Amino acid sequence: MLLSSLIFLPFLFVLLVLLAPEKLTRPITLLGTVIHFLFSLRLFQSFDPSTSDLQLVEKVSWLPELGVSYFVGLDGISFWLVLLTTFLTPIVVLASWTSIDKQTKAFHISLLVLESAMIGSFVAMDAILFYVFFELSLIPMYFMVGIWGGENKIYATLKFFIYTMVGSLFMLAGIIYLIFQCDAQLGELSASVLDFYRLNLAFVDGQFISPQNVLFFIFCLAFAIKVPMFPFHTWLPDAHVQAPTGGSMILAGVMLKMGTYGFLRFVLPLYPQAVTAWTPLFMTLAVIGIIYGALVAMVQVDMKKLVAYSSVSHMGYVVLGLFAMNMYSLQGSLFQMLAHGISTGALFMLVGIIYERTHTRKIADYGGLAKVTPIFAIFFLIITFSSIAVPMTNGFVGEFLILFGTFQESALFGGLAVLGVILGAAYMLWMVKKVFFGEEGPIFKKYNVNDMNGREIAGLVPLVILVFWMGLFPGHFLKYSEKSIENLVLNKETYNIRVQGSAPSALGDRREF
Amino acid sequence: MFFTLLFAPLIGFLINGFRFRSKDYKVAGLIASGAMLVSFLSALVLFVQLAGMPEDSRVINVHLFNWINVADFSANMAFTLDPLSMTMTLIITGVGFLIHLFSMGYMSHDERPAKYFSYLNFFVFNMLLLVLGSNLLVMFVGWEGVGLSSYLLIGFWFSDPAKAAAGMKAFITNRIGDAGFLIGIFILFGLFGTVNFSEIASRVPAEPSLLWSSPITLACLFLFIGAMGKSAQIPLYVWLPDAMAGPTPVSALIHAATMVTAGVYMIIRLNPVFLAAPNAMMVVAIVGALTALMAASIGLVQNDIKKVLAYSTVSQLGYMFLAVGVGAFGAGLAHLMTHAFFKALMFLGSGSVIHAMHEEQDMRKMGGLKKHMPITHLTFVCGWLAIIGAPLFSGFFSKDEILWMAYHSPRGHVFLWVIGAVAAVFTAFYMTRLMAMTFWGKSRVPTDVHPHESPTIMTVPLMVLAFLSVFAGWLVVPHGVSTILPGHPSNILEHWIAPLMAPFEVGHGSLATEFTLMGLTLLLVILSAGLAYYMYVIKPELPEANAQKFQSTYQLLLNKYWVDEAYFKGLINPLIKLSRNLWSFWDVKVIDRATYFLSDRVKDAGGGLKMVQSGNLQIYALYILIGLVAGLFYIMKG
Repeated sequence: MLLSSLIFLPFLFVLLVLLAPEKLTRPITLLGTVIHFLFSLRLFQSFDPSTSDLQLVEKVSWLPELGVSYFVGLDGISFWLVLLTTFLTPIVVLASWTSIDKQTKAFHISLLVLESAMIGSFVAMDAILFYVFFELSLIPMYFMVGIWGGENKIYATLKFFIYTMVGSLFMLAGIIYLIFQCDAQLGELSASVLDFYRLNLAFVDGQFISPQNVLFFIFCLAFAIKVPMFPFHTWLPDAHVQAPTGGSMILAGVMLKMGTYGFLRFVLPLYPQAVTAWTPLFMTLAVIGIIYGALVAMVQVDMKKLVAYSSVSHMGYVVLGLFAMNMYSLQGSLFQMLAHGISTGALFMLVGIIYERTHTRKIADYGGLAKVTPIFAIFFLIITFSSIAVPMTNGFVGEFLILFGTFQESALFGGLAVLGVILGAAYMLWMVKKVFFGEEGPIFKKYNVNDMNGREIAGLVPLVILVFWMGLFPGHFLKYSEKSIENLVLNKETYNIRVQGSAPSALGDRREF
Repeated sequence: MFFTLLFAPLIGFLINGFRFRSKDYKVAGLIASGAMLVSFLSALVLFVQLAGMPEDSRVINVHLFNWINVADFSANMAFTLDPLSMTMTLIITGVGFLIHLFSMGYMSHDERPAKYFSYLNFFVFNMLLLVLGSNLLVMFVGWEGVGLSSYLLIGFWFSDPAKAAAGMKAFITNRIGDAGFLIGIFILFGLFGTVNFSEIASRVPAEPSLLWSSPITLACLFLFIGAMGKSAQIPLYVWLPDAMAGPTPVSALIHAATMVTAGVYMIIRLNPVFLAAPNAMMVVAIVGALTALMAASIGLVQNDIKKVLAYSTVSQLGYMFLAVGVGAFGAGLAHLMTHAFFKALMFLGSGSVIHAMHEEQDMRKMGGLKKHMPITHLTFVCGWLAIIGAPLFSGFFSKDEILWMAYHSPRGHVFLWVIGAVAAVFTAFYMTRLMAMTFWGKSRVPTDVHPHESPTIMTVPLMVLAFLSVFAGWLVVPHGVSTILPGHPSNILEHWIAPLMAPFEVGHGSLATEFTLMGLTLLLVILSAGLAYYMYVIKPELPEANAQKFQSTYQLLLNKYWVDEAYFKGLINPLIKLSRNLWSFWDVKVIDRATYFLSDRVKDAGGGLKMVQSGNLQIYALYILIGLVAGLFYIMKG
């Protein structure tokens, strides 16, 4: 019941928030999310990293006519993403403590529902259930941007919602097709991902319209928009700029990873031949994303937009690693997903902290901030170095493994992607220089800017600790995903990753073939 | 012992880092210098230990913890102390300690001494990681770490936008090199299946690869790009002169004695790999020689005392690459060491001068400082004689060995010797010019400045370094010279690191040729130094007249061949322009327009289907879904 408790525990706090007086909303949510996080640490006891089997499985029939069930389970791919979610949420509450000053109840309820939906989508092993959580996560985010967002929030929310919605609707059609395929091939309707893995989806070389190929593109579209990959990325900067700090943190920290997670969970194992056939295309798009995101970040005038475009670039690395499909690159991608969650979450929080004091994110308004707020500057610099992948920080390990793995598969793509390493340093340090160094900018005449307070430091310290922990001891993290990734890599030729073990199958004893 | 060697600077960094607000320079300086002293003494003890071991097994391995291990890739936090890394460690901690002491005087008026000293310790820690790492990845950690500390220290006085920009330029230029370094690591792993130095050395094929496109050649070339960045070689040297924006002791430690030699160290460390790629070595030698020449020529006309020293450093680093490029790894390391002493000395000396002149760096406003600053002057003279290669001074031995090897080594060439010799002549000129403009001749010091000798805490390091600049050469006496210095063993340093060198036979060559070339260089150097003395001390009006007469050449050199401008015009500005266009055109005009176009078409289609319009969003979604599923089945079946 551990996974279900993790998914539904936030609703308990939703209830408390609803019942308690408005002014207790923040403490309750903070306490609740911290308890939730501590509770999620039980996964370390319950999860066995020495196997790729699906663990902590729960399966209850839900819509038997369609083969849909409430089916959740955990493997090495999901493990850290669940923990990333529970880890970041309390920090988001801290970051939103004073910046959300209207309808606090609604905001925190949205946040809690969002947390639940995100965890659900990482542990759902039933495709329809996954879809439900995947979509459910959109709704609280929609409110977060739409209600607590900036001036252009309506435009941004619509763009965000429609982009992601269009992608996932196609995917739903694909899922339904797969459910019927289960019936045709395995003799029973099933939406279980494990059963999907056993399907034989025809792929015809040189022919675009074959089941595997079409399904591949449908799923890729949904996830590519979510990641977002070039050229589907334009919703992201708008959404980030309009979103409140907490929304940006969750969006960049966790929600984008639902896209790359989707690639890992569905696209790579389900459509191996199509993946092989289209790897050059996706690697090209990933590399374009890396370089394009970095170049565009370099000319931004708004700090948040800069960070948003840097996300496009960093997520490009993740996708590149996914399609390079070897142990190094996949482990690197998974690691980078976590690392990016930590550092970009922290970056958005930092930008939010200073925005709260000066009400501007324009880089040109600043200058000499390091002198005014030295502690803030230290935190910002540490996170900057993590973001530009300086060794001994989390950013390095992921980026290194991805580039290393990709280079072993394709020197061309690996070599091109390395250019992002240079550009990454360029745009981040350029921003640091303009904001923190030089003479004191005009903004300090208008506002009295204080250094970070205890609450803000309390929110950032855990992130900084993780930056170095992940950078120095990546083994602690990599070992949990190792077996699952290995299983995926080893079986990529057989087009079937056979996640078995304790998983009860809808098809019982017919699973042997 | 090893732990105190490596971690004393880290602890110093953390202590000073956490008390970064402190303005007490004495406490901060004592903590940092104390950390360095502990580190240096540990290094000495380890040196004695290492020297006591049998010659072929002088190695101390320390495994700290497992770092990145994925499948068959393994890079652990492991360290190797062998004669090569020991030599570097002694230089780093020894010179580092002296520079920390000097800083206590130099930074005594600064507002944030604790921060300064914490950065300085942090640098030393990273530099030690770089040289001690037993695999390429740990070296890379240090490699980027020193770049990071350099960034922080160059921009230490960040309120000045130019200084902040110099730090940024250093980091980004270095990143270009680092990207090359990474690719080099990738290729080497592909070749040898390991990133450990000792394993790589044992797996290098015996036959050198003569192909340009062979992986081993490419790996060496990419690694050399890394070296170009870190060690300021053409075309990535542009950051180093700007890096002089940092406090002068930083220039001495990072941008002269230690960090910038990392590229040379890396090639010496990987000597078996480079020897297997003769083409790559040729590139290294040519780039090194050209850098030596070009930087020296720029140094001829600079007026900022630190800029002269900066270009001199670039030029001397060029010599080191020339040496390793022709396979004279011992000579490269020898010059690395002697240069660390005499260049650190001269940078600190210039710091002493700048300190005395109230932050003035323009030599046109100096002159005649000899009588005000006798110790600084005298020690500077030692450095000057060492760098121009006055006989028996340290630079004489190390530089002549390089020139001789450039000529004599099977990988050498007479042209490389010519370039090196011309650069030596330039060196003698610009260094004598620097001495003349700063210390000799008539004073041009403004009347409101009263130069004075620096305090003891600054002069003692100068004296120690002066001693080393004079006598360190005895560790690296070339074979030829040793024949006329009876009883003195030749190339002590080279023998010390010999167990780590892949077999590469050079032989001694003809003594007559060696002495002829040496005599020729020496003669030219003396003439050149004499000319500079004549121009800047005896007839100080001459330079101005010459500058007028050779206006175009003068401007070319003064403006450093307009390389910075060319980078901006040819690379950086177009890139920024491209990025702006990508953003405003591609993102906004193409992608967004395309999306709007699609959504408009959907809306139009919706207009025609008013019949089914119920205003219920769920129903719409359902319609869409049914349509999609139906379409999908149709496509698949058809």
